[in-house]
Amino acid sequence: MNNLYAWAAIALITIAATTGDVLLAYSMKRVGDVGELWQSHGFFVVMRRILATPTFFLGVFAMAVAFYSLLFGLSWGNLSLVVPASASLTFVANAMAARIFLHERVGRRRWLAAILVAAGVALMAM
Amino acid sequence: MTSRKYLVLAGITFFSTLGDSLLARGMKDLGGASLHNIPALLLAILNPYVTIGIVLLLAFFASYMSALSWADLTYVLPASSLSYVLVAIIARIGFHEEISNTRWLGIALIAAGVGFVAAGPSATDVRRTDAESKPDNLHGNLHEDERCTEARS
Repeated sequence: MNNLYAWAAIALITIAATTGDVLLAYSMKRVGDVGELWQSHGFFVVMRRILATPTFFLGVFAMAVAFYSLLFGLSWGNLSLVVPASASLTFVANAMAARIFLHERVGRRRWLAAILVAAGVALMAM
Repeated sequence: MTSRKYLVLAGITFFSTLGDSLLARGMKDLGGASLHNIPALLLAILNPYVTIGIVLLLAFFASYMSALSWADLTYVLPASSLSYVLVAIIARIGFHEEISNTRWLGIALIAAGVGFVAAGPSATDVRRTDAESKPDNLHGNLHEDERCTEARS
C-alpha cells in the first residue's frame, strides 16, 4: 500500500514539475532574451516584464506543488526510489511536453539525449 | 551561442550543485527536522549554510530563467542534469567517497546526453524565429534542417 502511495507521489511530482518547466519556458520566451533586454532597457524593465507575465507565477506555483509532493513522497517511499524515478520521468515528460506545447523541434538527437540523461540519473541513484 | 550564454549554462550547473550541497549540509546541523516542527524549519534560515545555500539557489533560478529566455527547454534541461555529475565528482575529490561502477555508467550516460544536445542548435521554435528572424536563431534552424531528418508534425 505504501508503495502505491509512493508511485502516486512520483506521478504527481512528474506532472507538476513538467507543468512548471513548460510554463516557465513559455513565459520566458514571451519576455524575450533577458540578456539583450537588460543591456538595452535596464534591469527594472526586465523585472517588470517578467512580473507582468501571469504564466510565470503559475509556473512557480506548479514548481512549489512539485516540491511539496516530493516532501510528502519522501515520507511514504524511499529516497532511492522517489528522487531518481521522478527526476528520470520528468526528463522524458518534458521532452514530450516541449514538443506538443512549446513547438520545439525534438528530433532524434534530443530524444536520445532525454533517454540517456533519464537512464543516467536513474543509475546514479543506485 | 555567445560566450555569455555558455557562462549562463555553466552557472545553472554550478549554482544548483553548490546550493543543494550547502542546504543539505545546513539541514544536517538541525538533525531530524520534520513538518511537525515548523518553528525549527523557520529558524533553519539562520544557519549560515542554509542562508548561503538559499542565495545560491536563487542565483540558480535566475540563470535558469535567463537561459529559458533564449534557448529551448529541451536544450537547457540536459545542461541542468550535469549537476548530478558535478555532485559525484565533488564527493569523490572533496570527501573521498567511493563511486561504484553503476554510478560511473550513470555519469557517462548523462555526459553523452548533454554532449548530443549541446552539439545541436539552442533554439528551434519555427514560429518564434520567423516572427523575429534573429540571425543567431536562423543559423541554428539551418543546422537543424541539415541534421534532423525527422519531420516536425
